[in-house]
Amino acid sequence: MSDAALPTQASAAGGDSTCITVESLRYRWPRAERDTLAIPALHIARGEQVFVQGASGSGKTTLLGLLGGVLLPSAGRVELLGSDLAALKPAARDAFRVAHIGFIFQLFNLLPYLSLRDNVLLPCRFSAQRRARAEQHSGQRGELHEQAHRLLDELGLPRALHDKKVVALSVGQQQRVAAARALIGAPELVIADEPTSALDADSREDFLRLLFAECREHGSTLLFVSHDRQLAGLFGRTLSMDELNAAAAETMA
Amino acid sequence: MRHLLPLAVASLLNRRGTVLLTVLSIALSVLLLLGIERISKSAEDSFRSTVSSTDLIIGARSGPVQLLLYSVFRIGNATNNMSWQSYRELAAHPEVAWTIPMSLGDSHRGYRVLGTTADYFEHFRYGQKQPLALAAGERFDAVFDVVLGAEVASALGYQLGEQIVLAHGGGSLAVVEHADKPFTVVGILARTGTPVDRTLHVSLAGIEAIHIGWEDGAAPRRSDAVAAEAVAEHDLTPQTITAFLVGLKSKFGIFAMQRAVNDYSAEPLTAILPGATLQQLWELIGVADAALTLISACVVAAGLIGMLTVILTSLNERRREMAILRSVGARPGHIFLLMIFESGLLALLGCTAGLALFYTALGLLAPWANQAFGLYLEWQWPALREWTILAVICALGLLIGALPAWRAYRNALHDGLSIRL
Repeated sequence: MSDAALPTQASAAGGDSTCITVESLRYRWPRAERDTLAIPALHIARGEQVFVQGASGSGKTTLLGLLGGVLLPSAGRVELLGSDLAALKPAARDAFRVAHIGFIFQLFNLLPYLSLRDNVLLPCRFSAQRRARAEQHSGQRGELHEQAHRLLDELGLPRALHDKKVVALSVGQQQRVAAARALIGAPELVIADEPTSALDADSREDFLRLLFAECREHGSTLLFVSHDRQLAGLFGRTLSMDELNAAAAETMA
Repeated sequence: MRHLLPLAVASLLNRRGTVLLTVLSIALSVLLLLGIERISKSAEDSFRSTVSSTDLIIGARSGPVQLLLYSVFRIGNATNNMSWQSYRELAAHPEVAWTIPMSLGDSHRGYRVLGTTADYFEHFRYGQKQPLALAAGERFDAVFDVVLGAEVASALGYQLGEQIVLAHGGGSLAVVEHADKPFTVVGILARTGTPVDRTLHVSLAGIEAIHIGWEDGAAPRRSDAVAAEAVAEHDLTPQTITAFLVGLKSKFGIFAMQRAVNDYSAEPLTAILPGATLQQLWELIGVADAALTLISACVVAAGLIGMLTVILTSLNERRREMAILRSVGARPGHIFLLMIFESGLLALLGCTAGLALFYTALGLLAPWANQAFGLYLEWQWPALREWTILAVICALGLLIGALPAWRAYRNALHDGLSIRL
């Protein structure tokens, strides 16, 4: 993996405090008749914690695909940390994604055959940049494992569990492991796709509080997507897909 | 790749039940293939080593294979005998170094009896020109002496000095016995792994003696029967023999001698070159051998297709696993490698386990195969051919693994980071 060659430093050198820039973005699924997504403009600064609210079918998943560089815009630009994702080759895009974005999904984020710690360390296997930053964070080179343990500690998972396989965990605990994995190596952006939908109200708030604290500590921008309006109050900024997505308005009209 | 190996291994361990069964099915097919290879190799070896140093086999006119079958393998019967006089004349040919006359037709409890002379012990060679050796006792000397092949002695539990009765005709159904003239076991031959082990050897005079009064092919009436003690008064020179083996003074004389025998005017005879006829016979048997190899190759193919099925079936349930790996930075190429490594590892494990099973079976069954079939299964490291077979199986495993790997690769590209149930 050749993360070093990636143009991330350019954005840092530019002193840019922007994390995500979207301009005149349109996306249409292959063979679809209309655009699924049309976003004239969107700016998210570094360190922001943004809630994106939208019902299913509102284009949330498509937006996340575009931000993650899994989908490429039919028109317009998506810039992440100053890099145009569409301009990168597929392999470089994959490397860029793991170096700078941590993902948390709705459910079953973890590989059942690995221990908690090894699940958390997965991004470090595939990205030298994430590995280097995790080592740096732990203060000692070669102390990757310590950093994984520390993250799991901070997210309230007792040490006794760290070397166990994940199958014994409750859903809430699994999501905290997934959060630790998204955060290891301090990626600039954490994208969470409905990570709390399987949690009850109490653990949902606990999880969010922990997630906020960790993102703040690691300086990661958080993009949190959910259909659940009740969560909006916990975030500094809330975007509604209905307002964001011009394509939805076009459909209405 | 260094990052991927532990993941692939952990993933396989997580599915160890199906993985174990898959490996086992490949291992069994490898065992079968290697086993059949080894057995047919050893069968061919022991087949080719049944007779050596003999330049010609001469008998009454018949097909070459038939002559070889009854004279060397003790299978089937001669349709005609040849006269003693013809034998004497041909044996006196200036090119001839030695001869071994053979008189077949009697049996003992399913084992063939061979009437011959001391030249048999002197000149008969098998395998790599090995002479016959006595494990116990000595060669036959008196009229009613018998020397047993190793298997006859061990299977029937005969000791030196034991009295046995020969039966007229072949096969275990022979009911007319030469009960009035029992033979005494004077010698037991060392094991050779050839039909010699399954033969009882007596002198030509012995064969002649038990058939006095049997000239019309049936047992003599009681009044005509000759007591064993009285046979010495008779002339025990045989009238006929079944065949004889010939050693020539020079190999260059073989074809001239063969022609001389085939053109022999006094009676119709056939002379065969044992090596050439063995080859002819082996080609006949070789069809069955090739069929067995084909079947075992099919079993290996079935094992590999089973592996393909298992991997392809697991692909859907593992789509989530692949999406998770993608989300933590695995590229589609990594997914491809992961899958192909998995099938390669399964094939390799299957081959290793098959090899282990093969040598275990070899160690356990070799003595029995030797006892029961005269097959000498040697404990030796896999030969080039066997390594090739194993390498081909592993390569096929990788090749077959490319199919699910390609599908997983396509899925990975298509699914992206979305996790599908």
